[in-house]
Amino acid sequence: MELIVIGLNHKTAPIEIRERLAFQESEIGTVLSEAKSLASVKEGMILSTCNRVEIFAAAREAEKAVQDLKGFLARHRGLSLMEFEKNLYLLMGEEAVRHVFRVASSLDSMVVGEPQILGQIKSAYNMSVESKASGLILHKLLHQAFHVAKRVRTETKIGNNAVSVSFVAVELAKKIFENLSRKIVLLIGAGEMCELAARHLVSAGVEKVLVTNRTYDRAAALAQEFKGEPIPFEEMNQGLMRADIVMSSTGSPEYLLRHDQIARVMKDRKQKPIFFIDIAVPRDIEPTVNDIENVYLYDLDDLQEVVNANIQDREKEARKADALVQDEVVKFVNWYKTLDVTPTIVALRKRFEEIRRKELEKTLSLHPTLSVKERQSMEALTSAIVNKILHGPLTFLKRTNGDMTTDLFLDALQTLFGLEAVEFEEEKDFQKPPLSSEGED
Amino acid sequence: MNIHFFQFASLFYLLGTLASLVYIISLKETFSKLAAVVISTGFASHTLALLMRYVEAGHTPVTNLYESLSFFAWMIIGVLLIVNLKYRVKVLSSFITPIALIMMIFALALPKEILPLAPVLKSFWHPFHIIFAFLGNAIFTLAFCCGVMYLIQEHQLKSKKMGAIAKRLPPLKVLDDLNYQSLTFGFPLLTLGIITGAIWAEYAWGRYWSWDPKETWSLITWFFYAAMLHQRLTLGWRGRKAATMAIIGFLAVLFTFLGVNLLLPGLHSYANW
Repeated sequence: MELIVIGLNHKTAPIEIRERLAFQESEIGTVLSEAKSLASVKEGMILSTCNRVEIFAAAREAEKAVQDLKGFLARHRGLSLMEFEKNLYLLMGEEAVRHVFRVASSLDSMVVGEPQILGQIKSAYNMSVESKASGLILHKLLHQAFHVAKRVRTETKIGNNAVSVSFVAVELAKKIFENLSRKIVLLIGAGEMCELAARHLVSAGVEKVLVTNRTYDRAAALAQEFKGEPIPFEEMNQGLMRADIVMSSTGSPEYLLRHDQIARVMKDRKQKPIFFIDIAVPRDIEPTVNDIENVYLYDLDDLQEVVNANIQDREKEARKADALVQDEVVKFVNWYKTLDVTPTIVALRKRFEEIRRKELEKTLSLHPTLSVKERQSMEALTSAIVNKILHGPLTFLKRTNGDMTTDLFLDALQTLFGLEAVEFEEEKDFQKPPLSSEGED
Repeated sequence: MNIHFFQFASLFYLLGTLASLVYIISLKETFSKLAAVVISTGFASHTLALLMRYVEAGHTPVTNLYESLSFFAWMIIGVLLIVNLKYRVKVLSSFITPIALIMMIFALALPKEILPLAPVLKSFWHPFHIIFAFLGNAIFTLAFCCGVMYLIQEHQLKSKKMGAIAKRLPPLKVLDDLNYQSLTFGFPLLTLGIITGAIWAEYAWGRYWSWDPKETWSLITWFFYAAMLHQRLTLGWRGRKAATMAIIGFLAVLFTFLGVNLLLPGLHSYANW
């Protein structure tokens, strides 16, 4: 089995590509079920956030699986592979493991150390479990990833700066408005992202929070949390008139706020400056809005650039975290490699046990007068012999596991003892989630 | 003697400029404080030079270009020190002090002897006219610097380059507020300068207004700032537009102050060198 990560993120793909490839949360279940029908892919999960679209998969024939998955992505998003293939990265084996761990630990995030990604991975994993798309490898991989993320968070200072999209937004707002004490925020969309960002702005001293949402009830509920004020979606302009900071994060497939509308609003506001933060993918606000005087528009990619400027402080902590991730990668890879040896060992034991049982039965049938005690002795004797014989080779196999020569020995054993078919028989066992390893998180 | 204090002030403005430039590059607090101390010392020395000259001459020592430049620079530094008390925009001195320094250097190259004041100019109104006009000009210089900083900072924000420059410049709100404040102080002062000038002219020449180039250009400048104030109050012209206007307005001020003297002969040209 080979572990594969294929995908793109904010570093390799512009927002225009990401927004077209992103999966809605509601469709991931169905998509996963379809992905399971790809014969080359044994296990899979889809991580789709604002900044990345990635498939984690385990496959027997890696190359075929990669082709299948690429084709699958293209087909599903109605794009030709040509359009986004150059933005894709493909990682396998150890590299893939490291990548997953780094993503979960928020080392690969746009804002390094931001905590949201872990929750996003957890829910992506849960969806995969629910669609029965994940098996032994992904179970183990993800649980260890959660464990790594926890270690990184507690053992380094990476999360101490409370960096996130919202943090950057506050910094920018201060460069425009100096301080936020008398400022009014308008949230468009009542989703989790908005809520989080709003919390940050409120703690930075914002005076009032207005919330508007297509579903008025959700706007009202979120507004209540901030002792704010809900605004009916149709009356959004009223909110735009009053707000100093507008944060938009709706699931709207097209622009919600357009250049002309904002230009009119600015006239009515007597040019009072306004700061738009568009954290939606696909974007909610037409990019040319930024050209209007006294309007400042930042989308996720723009925030990224700001983040890059601040990133140096966190680099030291990230290096520490990377060393820690490396430890865990080694652990995982060692386990992962036993996957190749384990079925061989199991098959070898089974083969010896078969021989022992056959010969024992033959002998016992020649001596029907033996007492129960004598029969038990013979049973114990033969078992002991088999175990003694196997002990050396098996210890050797486990010890040298991962060496260059392992494959050679495995191959030899399988040929000498005629073990070829066993691997497939054992597969059933491996598809059961190993409950024992789930306690790690 | 007053010349020595003037040279001393120039030297300190030079050191102050250097310290504030080092501050804006290194962002080390020490240099900001050092600059403040050095510039204040220079200002004290400069004040002393002006007082001594006043006593020596027996009239407000703003009668030729050397004295005008010196007085202008003194006002600019004074405005900087007052603004710094209230706003603490530390990088402001990195922009304003060099302007004062250039004026000082320019003045250093000019003849400095005290000339007797022409009898027509001896008037109760003379110092008022001078103080209002130059204080107004100094405040417009402040607005000019804020305008320049605003345009740079706005460009950083719009083009999403939140790097070293953006980090060093004040928030847009602060710059725009300062610009507006400058206008609300500078415009009345300019108005008073023109009115006292007219009254003085009535005493000196028997006419309130002679349409000499200085007067004409003052009026043009006045109309420009009046328009700027009007647009701001009625149409909300702030931010980039206000910043740009502050810059253009300052160019008009400079021309009225220097260009007219150097290029267009007229009644005010006795204030040449």
